[in-house]
Amino acid sequence: MKTLMKPFDLSQLSKAHEVRFAEVEGAEEQLPWPQFTVADLNFFYGHHQALKDINLIVPNKRVTAFIGPSGCGKTTLLRTFNRMNEIIPGTRVEGSIRLGDKDLFSFPATTLRRVVGMVFQKPSPFPKSIFDNVAYGLRLDNTLRRNEIADKVEQSLRRAALWEEVKDILHQSANGISGGQQQRLCIARALAVDPEVLLLDEPCSALDPISTAKIEDLLFEIKNQCTIVIVTHNMLQAARVADYVGFFLTGQLVEFNRAKQIFQNPERQETQDYITGRFG
Amino acid sequence: MSATYPPLSRKLVNIVMLSLTGLCTLLVVSALLTILVYLLWNGAHALNLNFFIKLPAPVGQSGGGVSNAIVGTLKLLALATVSGVPIGLLGGIYLSEFAGGWSAFTVRYTTDLLNGVPSVVMGIFVYTLVVLPMHHFSTLAGGIALGIMMIPIALRSTEDFLRAVPRSLREGGLALGASKSETIFTIVIPAAIYGILTGIMLDVARVAGETAPLLFTAFGNQFNSPGWLQPTASLPVVIYNYAISPYDEWHQQAWAAGFVLLSGLLVVSILARLVLARGKKMSHG
Repeated sequence: MKTLMKPFDLSQLSKAHEVRFAEVEGAEEQLPWPQFTVADLNFFYGHHQALKDINLIVPNKRVTAFIGPSGCGKTTLLRTFNRMNEIIPGTRVEGSIRLGDKDLFSFPATTLRRVVGMVFQKPSPFPKSIFDNVAYGLRLDNTLRRNEIADKVEQSLRRAALWEEVKDILHQSANGISGGQQQRLCIARALAVDPEVLLLDEPCSALDPISTAKIEDLLFEIKNQCTIVIVTHNMLQAARVADYVGFFLTGQLVEFNRAKQIFQNPERQETQDYITGRFG
Repeated sequence: MSATYPPLSRKLVNIVMLSLTGLCTLLVVSALLTILVYLLWNGAHALNLNFFIKLPAPVGQSGGGVSNAIVGTLKLLALATVSGVPIGLLGGIYLSEFAGGWSAFTVRYTTDLLNGVPSVVMGIFVYTLVVLPMHHFSTLAGGIALGIMMIPIALRSTEDFLRAVPRSLREGGLALGASKSETIFTIVIPAAIYGILTGIMLDVARVAGETAPLLFTAFGNQFNSPGWLQPTASLPVVIYNYAISPYDEWHQQAWAAGFVLLSGLLVVSILARLVLARGKKMSHG
């Protein structure tokens, strides 16, 4: 899996990406390798076009947040990164996405989804024990021994800051724990297979502020280990956790920049209007 | 102060509707209770240990039991479950997880039609299919007839319970790199398994009382039926035969057999409820 993270030659990018990336990075800071390179991406649900001409580089080992009003395409783009949209009949993708330096569509979807993990809006633990939830992805491999799985489960629960709370009830149903714990369990489940990227689709929208704070803390903890892309409706959350922010409007990427830049001095009027709460 | 709340007219409507619904509930429950008590009342005399462990007595002699019919019914139901349920299960999985618009419509429509086929027609169908080529009645033929009757309900209840599994669970599995079939077999079906089991148990209970298909297939037998290829007695057919016989002793045994059959179905239904309740408990923590 780790071979996907080969150093990446920026000169291979088309000019458009290079410019955008350069804009984002400025001259002095060292470039993080691109995790995703999106070029001229269009996405359709049947005849409805949900994404229009998206060009974007998602930096590696950083937190990137997608913000924008409902229906602007940010979740659609997120679900394109692990090709979850393929399970919806009648969808169509145009353009290219690269994961590291490989074409995203050259992988079998099942392989890709182990590299690019995902956590959904609603906590969705499987109706199994806490242990079996985390072990689920590991067991798909069929190569790990029992004690290796147990170690990995503990390690993943620790990474998701859940171990202390559930270590005595590992074999009880995952549906018995609170919503916030369930969501951290889903993060632990995704982390267990050591993904390179973690996609989070409004992971805190169903949670109370304390659970939200715990999840944000854990994103800080893991962001040096994997790239995080988070969709959020909560501007403050984006400001708190993100290094980079993309603002979407009606299927287009209006602005992509460092979070500081977006929140303090956005280039576009639409961005300014949205983050100051004038619409959306 | 103010006028009474809620207003009198609404209270009145409430009382009337509550009494009406309560009355209907009472009617339904009392119908079942009446049947049970009536069966017990008339069959009590014949209900003793011998009834469960003895073979039928020859005409003219008193005593005897229906042990062969009890065993026969159990064998028929086992065979029906083994032959009908897998088809229903797989069909239900297909409908819920794989079928597209056109094929789903076809399968659903034909299944509903199959469910509507009169049971006596099912008996004649299996008579032609199994009994005629084999030249004799058998447990096998009876089991197949009941099995075919089980398919539609097993299929539709499996489909319904699988459909009720939230999409978020399927996406959760796929997002961890499981293939579609891995997701179905390791997440979706386990999530619905208690519901599916309940559906199958109720399905068994439904065909346990079928008489018409057995008349042409399992036929009946005064003795034990060894193996699967001999005609066999069964509780519904025993009830039918004894009820139309001219002997008081047999009438009583028919009542008793009816009571045993109905009690068995009640037990299965209650078990099914418990299984479902356990499933609910498992998935809600």
